[in-house]
Amino acid sequence: MVYLYLFLEFFKTGLFSVGGGLATLPFLYQIAERYDWLPIELIPDMIAVAESTPGPIGINMATYAGFNAAGVLGGVLATLSLVLPSYIIIILISRFLEKFRDSKLVDAAFYGLRPAVAGLITVAGWEIFRIALFNADLFGAGGNILDLFNFKAIILFALLFYLVKKFNKHPIFYIAGAAVVGIVFRF
Amino acid sequence: MKELFDLFLAFARIGALTFGGGYAMLPMLQKEVVDKYHWATEDELMDYYAIGQCTPGIIAVNTATFIGYKRRGLIGAAFSTLGMVFPSLVIITVIAAFIQNFAHIEAVQHAFAGIRVAVCVLILTAVIKLGKNAIKDKAGLVIFLLVVAGGILLSASPVLIVVLAAVAGVVIRKVRGRA
Repeated sequence: MVYLYLFLEFFKTGLFSVGGGLATLPFLYQIAERYDWLPIELIPDMIAVAESTPGPIGINMATYAGFNAAGVLGGVLATLSLVLPSYIIIILISRFLEKFRDSKLVDAAFYGLRPAVAGLITVAGWEIFRIALFNADLFGAGGNILDLFNFKAIILFALLFYLVKKFNKHPIFYIAGAAVVGIVFRF
Repeated sequence: MKELFDLFLAFARIGALTFGGGYAMLPMLQKEVVDKYHWATEDELMDYYAIGQCTPGIIAVNTATFIGYKRRGLIGAAFSTLGMVFPSLVIITVIAAFIQNFAHIEAVQHAFAGIRVAVCVLILTAVIKLGKNAIKDKAGLVIFLLVVAGGILLSASPVLIVVLAAVAGVVIRKVRGRA
């Protein structure tokens, strides 16, 4: 049964995620909310692995989620389901390429889509912020406002943000550095 | 037959050697597709890439499908697409299996807690960059804010948001065209 859900959910993700890279992220969150084979805590780890390994990020995340849900076959199924809509759509478009490229309708649709995709990724990012930088559970239990903030994480966040802005190195450097800091300072 | 394997292998090389997809992939695509195999001209590749960005799915995969279809039809498209995803399948499966086996170790958990913070930073910088390119005027800002509010407060479905945003874009352009 999990195979059927993997196929349906990742086909849907492939069909509706526009704009590449992290555009599949909002759909992964929806899957995590709906099914227990994709734990929501796993998503930040998936992003880290997907960004630190070769290959398109969206593909890497689908393989990871599928593998986590149903082993090797699950990974293959999720990945193929994700690319199937592209395969069909691109072949259809190839037949009338010029028309599509110069279409005012497509251009107008993207006028609305681009800010919406930025918004969707912001929402998905907010979910990760909540897990990584705040302790909603601890705050809920004790009611102490200071418990709400994960100070170690917030300091590291500010430091990394400064370094990214200043040096603009490949993400893998920041991910590796953060892993070392996490071990040394016992995050 | 040889060209089918070339399609698979060329895109597998691109998938295996570029980190992050999207723009990072463009120089590799140029090297393999334009310079080495002459499957497409520089201009054609840029067209495919641009259209790949505004069609659903992964940009790198869309570009691969275009090239494969142009060379050898449906089968060619299948070989190039599978080539593109093959390295990810192998590499990620190995890493995910590894992580599953070591996830209970305390040091690994601390490492991932740190990594999550780095992921926050990467997403924030990606959103800032994307927002600068995507939000060009007041209408764009309104759409962005509505989506953020709808997503956080109402947990609105991303499918619904994508469809509504595309319709909104068309409607806004139509109204402005008349004014």
